[in-house]
Amino acid sequence: MARYILKRILTAIPMVLLITVLCFALMHFAPYDAIDAMTTPKMSQETINLIKAKYGYDQPVYVQYVRWLDGIMNGNFGYSIVTKQSIAADLAVRLPNTVKLVLPAFITAYILAVVLGLIAGANKNKKADKIIDAVSSVGIAVPSFWFAMLLIFALGYKLKLLPIVGMHAVGKESSITDFLKHFIMPFLTLTVSFMPANIKFVRSSTLTQFSEDYVLVQRAFGATKSEIMFKHVCKNVLLPVITRLGMALPLLVTGAIITESVFSWPGVGPYFIKAIQGMDYPIVMIILVLSSTMVILGNLLSDILYCLIDPRIKEMG
Amino acid sequence: MEETLEKKEKILSAADIRTTFHTHGRTVQAVRGVSLYVESGEILAVVGESGSGKSVLMKSVMGLMPDNAEVKADEITFDGQDMLAMDPEQLRKMRGKEIAMIFQDPMTALNPLKTIGSHLMEVLKRHRGMDKEAARKEAVSVLNQVGIPSPEKRLGQYPHEFSGGMRQRVLIAMALCCRPKLLIADEPTTALDVTIQAQILDLLKSLQEETGMSIILITHDLGVVASLSHRIAVMYGGLLMEEGTTEEIFYSPKHPYTRALLHAVPKPHSGGKERLEPIPGMAPSLINPPSGCPFAERCKFACEDCRKEIPQYRTYSETQRAMCIYSGEELDHKEGEVESHG
Amino acid sequence: MMKEKRNKDKSIRIDSVKLALKHDKAAVISLILLGIIILFALLAPFLPMEPNATDIANRLKEPSLTHWFGTDEVGRDYFARVIYGGRVSLIVAFLAMLTSLTIGVAAGTIAGLTGGIVDMILMRIVDILHSIPWMVLVTVVSIFLKPGIQSIILVIGLFTWMEIARLVRAETLSLKEREFILYAGFSGVSKWKIIISHIIPSVFPTIIVAATTSMANAIMTESSLSFLGVGIQQPMSSWGSLLQNAQGTMQNSFHMALIPGLLIIITIFAFNKLGNLLRVYVEPKVMSGEKE
Repeated sequence: MARYILKRILTAIPMVLLITVLCFALMHFAPYDAIDAMTTPKMSQETINLIKAKYGYDQPVYVQYVRWLDGIMNGNFGYSIVTKQSIAADLAVRLPNTVKLVLPAFITAYILAVVLGLIAGANKNKKADKIIDAVSSVGIAVPSFWFAMLLIFALGYKLKLLPIVGMHAVGKESSITDFLKHFIMPFLTLTVSFMPANIKFVRSSTLTQFSEDYVLVQRAFGATKSEIMFKHVCKNVLLPVITRLGMALPLLVTGAIITESVFSWPGVGPYFIKAIQGMDYPIVMIILVLSSTMVILGNLLSDILYCLIDPRIKEMG
Repeated sequence: MEETLEKKEKILSAADIRTTFHTHGRTVQAVRGVSLYVESGEILAVVGESGSGKSVLMKSVMGLMPDNAEVKADEITFDGQDMLAMDPEQLRKMRGKEIAMIFQDPMTALNPLKTIGSHLMEVLKRHRGMDKEAARKEAVSVLNQVGIPSPEKRLGQYPHEFSGGMRQRVLIAMALCCRPKLLIADEPTTALDVTIQAQILDLLKSLQEETGMSIILITHDLGVVASLSHRIAVMYGGLLMEEGTTEEIFYSPKHPYTRALLHAVPKPHSGGKERLEPIPGMAPSLINPPSGCPFAERCKFACEDCRKEIPQYRTYSETQRAMCIYSGEELDHKEGEVESHG
Repeated sequence: MMKEKRNKDKSIRIDSVKLALKHDKAAVISLILLGIIILFALLAPFLPMEPNATDIANRLKEPSLTHWFGTDEVGRDYFARVIYGGRVSLIVAFLAMLTSLTIGVAAGTIAGLTGGIVDMILMRIVDILHSIPWMVLVTVVSIFLKPGIQSIILVIGLFTWMEIARLVRAETLSLKEREFILYAGFSGVSKWKIIISHIIPSVFPTIIVAATTSMANAIMTESSLSFLGVGIQQPMSSWGSLLQNAQGTMQNSFHMALIPGLLIIITIFAFNKLGNLLRVYVEPKVMSGEKE
């Protein structure tokens, strides 16, 4: 088993490196780059060359790449072309804000999805299942930003209950109640957007389990409905559910781009979108690398969890 | 096999079982009026092709049919108890305890995430109220009984660590846990290698002799039951074509289908001179079953009357009856004619 | 006998679909609504609607008999704008789906048939594309291309082919072993002919089902991108950009936000249901109790 884990880690590393190369290449061949942002057509070629040398853009591509990569490993994520501020410093503020929003929303959504999916699967074609299935079917068709707008309209405008912008009212940064007031609507939006697909997954997994032969065998040996549900089906359904948690890792960085944008929540989302619209490449590159690394790490985590929990795979390691 | 002179008790007695189920907007008549019985301590073989209704019949008796199925019967009595009058909870308590059933595919019959031990101990705890220690000991003993070596070690292992044959033994062990009066084995060897088949069947036979339980063995292979069963029931198209003792069925079958089945099975003593004849044609549709004898389409001797309505049973002895418009003698004549022309 | 069996098969499939529809009124309603939406979208240029006629005096009016969906912030008839917006959304989704399908089927069949290095490379590409969160990937690539309808079709198409390729590759692999393909290969029939005349018909059901999912996803993607400002640009508008526009006047004119959103929901829901029905047609579940 340890060997399998080691092997997986070893294959993950080249993938991450490959991603960094791709991201760098993508940015390098962009039609507009950092130098263009800093220079005007009026400047002489000499001035332009000086600026290029200052920022290291006169070096061959691979040297630039290595320097960039080296910088990342040491925590130096570069500087924004537009604001000239340290990207690492920006992210140090933005990332926690995103996590504060995504983590509770995802956990809530996942737990609810598991419970609802199990209930639906256990009551196939009965009322509970029909309702849950219908709601989740509609749910995956609802754009999250539209739902956000609905909430804003109802709770923000009409009922004037909650603030609709940002994470804190100015001057109230340390107030928990103020934070919660700002938090509720984006939290609800995100939770509601995470749930439907997961409900469907759990429901379908549960239905599959109930139609397996071993369930018939259990019935043939007199197991009660709840024994079958809690001692057998639950376990088999929870296995892929838990292992899939790893894939949620990237959500902590880029899982709420749309929601954060709608609510002007000061997380990675708006930061990224602004960078895209302003062609602020260094920021875009870093976020690309960061989120892709999270995906790869997440898959790695999933595989490792599988290895640890599934008795069939424990052996094969 | 010698018949004892005393009248044996009937452990299971069923009359006119009819099972239909609804799927894809259609109604399938899987079992169309079958009556049979099993005596205490005997092995009854239920033989038939795929689609004959034999599995559905047994699942109906056990109450294991899915929700979209309707089971009707005039009588289902087990060990003196009226099963038709029982509610689902009472039926559930009997399953695994007084009647046990094992199925065809051992590879998917066990929960891959639970150990063999937990499978066994669950049943012991449920039906015999044993605590963990006692259940463990009993589980080991029952694994021994079915011939699994190093049972203590095996208890903590998972299904994927067992071969198909071993898994089937485990399932038989599960069935034995509560010393049931009746064991229903639904094609227990079909998914296994030929050599393992023989082992499992031998195991069943010796267990039956040891414990005195009755066994219903469902199979599509008549050859398998020759040395195993006391009586045989032959099913086709959702109906019982013929039933009788093993001797009666093998040496004087009275139904064309039974005869055809026998012609299709190689007999070890024939010295290789017989011709094996497969039965031409396909099984009848159970959605729109033919109005007459279900075998009429494929029967060598079928006539117009055969297709009109389902024939009555003719009784040939205390144990043998067959559902055919012709008597055994008439069939003998007809066969003779065919052979002399043929 | 074979023809009888095939007819029996077909009637089972049709009956299964009918049964599925009978139990699912929502599917029926949504499909009818989808039909109506598509009809309007197609006939839009022939209908007496003026999506661009401004009328400041009547701006931000609620839905009424003269303006079924009300008016927007410069007095344009919202019904017309929504229909034309739907036209754009549906066309983008359709073309994106076609792009995605074409690349996916091509990649899947080639990978499956050729195997070896080509297969490995294609699978690696899929892996890499899967490693980047889709939202991030799509927004990043969209800045490389001139903003507009062509780029967004391309972007959506280029990054959603992977799932279809995976399905098609799996089917191709299993078909590869079947004899008629082997015979065709031996007798010197060119690879392309094999693909077109043998593999694609077998894979067709999977493709059709994948197409509906692809449509549903494309609509959601395009709406999201347009909402964020990286999709459809002015003067064209789609449902997504209409929603983005509605943000500003939401407080008093919620109908502008409500309506395009509802249409998106109905459309995606309907396509998903369509996919389900096609799946039932293609593979009616094995009748319980069939194994005896």
